[in-house]
Amino acid sequence: MDPRTPWQALTRGDYLRGGWPWRSAGYLASGALVGATVLALLLVLAAFSLLLVGVPLLLLTGVALGGVERRRLRLVDADPAADPHRIPDAPGLTAWLRVRVREQATWRELAYALLHGLVLWPLELLAVAVALGAPLALLATPLLLALDGHEVRVLKGPLLASYPAAFAAAVCGLLLLPALLYPLGALAGARAALTRLLLAPRDTELRLRIGEVTRSRARLVAAFEAERRRIERDLHDGAQQRLVALTMTLGLARLDAPPGPLADQLARAHDEAGRVLTELRELIHGIHPQVLTDFGLGAALTDAADRSAVPVDTGIDLPRLPPPVESAAYFAACEALANVGKHSGAARARLTARHADGLLRMEVEDDGRGGADPAAATAGRGGTPGGTGLTGLADRIAVLDGRLTIISPNGGPTVLRVEIPCQALCG
Amino acid sequence: MPSPLRIVLAEDSVLLREGLTGLLGRFGHEVVAAVGDAAAMQGAVAEHDPDVVVTDVRMPPGFRDEGLRAAVALRAERPALPVLVLSQYVQRAYAAELLESGDGTGVGYLLKDRIGQVEEFLDALTRVAAGGTVVDPEVVRQLLRRHRDPLAALTPREREVLGLVAEGHSNGAIARRLTVTEAAVGKHIGNILGKLDLPPADDTHRRVLAVLAFLRA
Repeated sequence: MDPRTPWQALTRGDYLRGGWPWRSAGYLASGALVGATVLALLLVLAAFSLLLVGVPLLLLTGVALGGVERRRLRLVDADPAADPHRIPDAPGLTAWLRVRVREQATWRELAYALLHGLVLWPLELLAVAVALGAPLALLATPLLLALDGHEVRVLKGPLLASYPAAFAAAVCGLLLLPALLYPLGALAGARAALTRLLLAPRDTELRLRIGEVTRSRARLVAAFEAERRRIERDLHDGAQQRLVALTMTLGLARLDAPPGPLADQLARAHDEAGRVLTELRELIHGIHPQVLTDFGLGAALTDAADRSAVPVDTGIDLPRLPPPVESAAYFAACEALANVGKHSGAARARLTARHADGLLRMEVEDDGRGGADPAAATAGRGGTPGGTGLTGLADRIAVLDGRLTIISPNGGPTVLRVEIPCQALCG
Repeated sequence: MPSPLRIVLAEDSVLLREGLTGLLGRFGHEVVAAVGDAAAMQGAVAEHDPDVVVTDVRMPPGFRDEGLRAAVALRAERPALPVLVLSQYVQRAYAAELLESGDGTGVGYLLKDRIGQVEEFLDALTRVAAGGTVVDPEVVRQLLRRHRDPLAALTPREREVLGLVAEGHSNGAIARRLTVTEAAVGKHIGNILGKLDLPPADDTHRRVLAVLAFLRA
């Protein structure tokens, strides 16, 4: 277990041999550099803020510094600090500002910028100067004496004029250096803890982030649905209508053609066009079944059961439900029925769907050999029954706060259950 | 050659509208109005009082099932008006909805693919105009592939006969197709109706009820 912070490193015997003392020194020294820059910026902005334009720039400085400091923290902290900010809903500076001004994290960052720029960085610089500068100056005493030839002043203090005394000072420096590296590490650890306290996300902010991720996932699913509908409509209004017109033309041509090789070729072309039309119809139905839009989940599930390769008994009694729920449940049922046909070796399946007490419950049960792996179904490792196809569906259902459960002991029966909380639509 | 029909045609695709108008005209029928949306179709029906209405399912403004809804509304107003719906969907829900409008006679649900089989299409149109009930063979095929109650009680031959009834064939036509006597077909239909537990009614209505039971099963 490697130490993750200077404090953890300090408690171990090999602190001096590792990189931690130098990482600590680097952290504090770079902090001083950043702090000096921030101070300069703050002074400039203070002048500007009389003209009001400085206020948003001040915020910007805080936010920018927060980003820099969270990155710099990696020098002395193995755990990255996450960004506490929310992603603005709309592009543009105004939207960005509106979100940032409302966030507690922004103001914490500004406080940090003031604290660091006005108070902390000179102290850090001093600490580094004392902990590294003093021992190094002592170590250099003999060399300085040799350069000067007469005498040398040690640390603005006593004058030394002899080599033994100079070497004694060097030995002191050698002993002082490790002794001072310990407090330096402790200070860097304290400084890192302060940064984390002010700049890392708080629990509430993390919860907001999770809510945001959930919402954006829901938006993705909705966008995906809309895209499916658009493709379906484009195919229906374009290629499908043209093909119908083509088969009509070919049908008429066949009636006109005298018997012979030409009529035979026309017949072949006509049949082929008919087959293409059938395939296209199935394809379009697979992309977005219009029966789902027009008649709802109940009719669409009945239809899916009709199409199944394995005979399916149905027990379906459903009102109209919100479109996203109908869509997710329908595709889950289709996937489940396809898996029954492909993997289970079942002779019969049963599809039930009910809506009661604000919950849609749908089950697909088969009498096959079971052994479908729910972990594979939800983790998406393909190649097993119920593999990758169900992963996306589990995601879609999760977006709606629903659950997809698979119970499949070896030897069967397999039950796939979908539960989605939703209210029935009126009418 | 069947007697010429006066037709109101509703189809939003100009290509198909023109094509169908040409095709119907060529076989002696008269398209008295060719319109592009459901509202115009209802106006045209009121104006021309046609022998039969041919409509697409999916039309403006919503591009959902406006055509089917308008057809059902028309049948509610004029139960005797024959309506043939052309569709791209092999789903029985659409056909069932249509057959439940009025008394289920004089309606047809055909796939647009069927237009290419010109003679079959014209034959179906004629049967609908004459008060028959026609469901597209492809929809029927899909229904026959099922292995579910309440049709489970039917023998394979009875299922076959029921499918042909749904496609709108007369007892005579079914007998010719299956190379049995017409009396045998009548007996099959009697058995089917018995097994589906349908109330006694005149033959036409019972046939429609059988088809509906078939679609709704």
